[in-house]
Amino acid sequence: MCGIAGVIYKDNGGGHAVGHDMTRMLQSMKHRGPDSTGYALYGPVEQQIVMRYKLADANDPRDFDFEQRLDHHQREVETRLRACGARGLEVEKETGYAYRITFDYDGELKALTDAVEDVPNVEVLSLGHSLEIIKDLGDAEQVSQQYRLDGFVGTHAIGHVRMATESDVDISGAHPYWAYPFGDVAVVHNGQLTNYFHWKHRLERSGHRFQSECDSEVIAVYLAEKMSEGYSLEDAMRESLDELDGVFTYICVTSDALGVAKDAMAAKPLVLYEGEDVVALASEEIAIRAIVDHEIETWDPYEGEVMVWTR
Amino acid sequence: MDSLVGERMIRYDARGLVEVDDAAPMVAEIEGGRAVVDAKDLSTRKINLELRRLLYEEGVKEVTVLNPGAKHSLGVGILTRCKITFDGSLGYFGCGIIDGPEIHIKGRVGWSVCENMMSGVVVIDSNAGSLTGAAMRGGDLVIKGQVGARTGVDQKGGTIIVLGRAGSMTGFMLQRGRMILCGDVGPGLGDSMYDGTIYVAGKVRSLGIDCVPGEWTDADTELIERKFRIYDLGSPPDFQKFVCGKKLYNYDNLEPSERKLVL
Repeated sequence: MCGIAGVIYKDNGGGHAVGHDMTRMLQSMKHRGPDSTGYALYGPVEQQIVMRYKLADANDPRDFDFEQRLDHHQREVETRLRACGARGLEVEKETGYAYRITFDYDGELKALTDAVEDVPNVEVLSLGHSLEIIKDLGDAEQVSQQYRLDGFVGTHAIGHVRMATESDVDISGAHPYWAYPFGDVAVVHNGQLTNYFHWKHRLERSGHRFQSECDSEVIAVYLAEKMSEGYSLEDAMRESLDELDGVFTYICVTSDALGVAKDAMAAKPLVLYEGEDVVALASEEIAIRAIVDHEIETWDPYEGEVMVWTR
Repeated sequence: MDSLVGERMIRYDARGLVEVDDAAPMVAEIEGGRAVVDAKDLSTRKINLELRRLLYEEGVKEVTVLNPGAKHSLGVGILTRCKITFDGSLGYFGCGIIDGPEIHIKGRVGWSVCENMMSGVVVIDSNAGSLTGAAMRGGDLVIKGQVGARTGVDQKGGTIIVLGRAGSMTGFMLQRGRMILCGDVGPGLGDSMYDGTIYVAGKVRSLGIDCVPGEWTDADTELIERKFRIYDLGSPPDFQKFVCGKKLYNYDNLEPSERKLVL
């Protein structure tokens, strides 16, 4: 079933507790997906690059030398980052297997990601000047507590609660997906794509990598590919309505915009609230009411609609 | 496995699905056959238990529910004649399988409102999600805002009136009953309908398979004028009528009594 949510403040000032907002929205939709919860949060745009990655999955078997191996891999990641030209590394260990690292870098993101992901089992979850993707098993309260997201301040965010249907319950299969290798772009999706293999193979041939077996990853990479060809976010999303088959409602975010697209059948739900200073959208209205305290007017976007808001 | 609704904790079973505590909260203020329930700090189950207690045990005939807060499955399975007002919005599956009540929802509703409604009246002041009035069998459902996709899917009776826009596949597999749609309608109107009538005042994006324009009669005018008068909706606009073309229709070889059974 899955539940998706998004919130964007239109005042461009930043300084909103988007981490806290998203936890409340996602927790109220826990019944739509108790397997895993994910966030894509946008903090203030920094000169430095922020990278989130994991060295292992949350439910990987803990064998005898598990921690030792992870420590070794972590050192290897740092060595490779420096070798690629990253300077001023600041490493934060979030959990036993997930890290957040900031550094100065002005080279190619793809080369950097590929070098890091060449270390065994490492997956880059997000990369960019403001995007941070946090995802783990459990409900929103658990993930928020584990990664201390309540204090996250920023401009916009999307999130996802997952009920796994097509692929495993693990962090790799959890949303949101970063649009490798495009910085600051992420996607959450509710639905199924029926031409998944068609697009996956096509995108793999043009050099993209896929870390999971989840169909939603295709949307992120598809949009990134389109945008690198010069499409705007909105045009890329419109194009996707024709080129992606299946039932879907997905939300795509960039460093300054949030867009939503709904398939031609309007098979998956979305409720939208457009206020003076904030736009909030979610699979269920109850999630929007979790962050807006006054009486509001909401509606469901129609089939084949694409909408984009900027912060 | 506990969670918080408003100020109160809800206790669930080990799977986190069923509320263990199943007693009505007894929080309603009752005064001369009328009652007011503030649902702000109550879970879905508690609200429905309280509604049941008021209607079936206390003999209350008019209930107002304050702060429903878009919770799911409220006012479901009410099988008695009564008046219920929701002072706010409902989530998914609101007022499903009801038989008899007169319900006024002052906000909007999510997906599948009045699913399998048997009789009664439901008036919604704002918008509705998809699958509005799915498999409805009788009664009147009035939506003053817009509705999502697949309104009246598998409808088997009753009347759905929509003042705003309607989405794709409206009246999909309609089997009996009427839909009065005052706004524009999305693609695939009345797709694979078996019977029943759809009236549309706005533009139709496209007709579904086996949905064809029908011949207007005085009975149609009378029906629409009557419904508009009852619900005080002003003077009706001009409607087009759509019915089943019966090209996909395979019930002709049945006896009338069998056909009645099937539909």
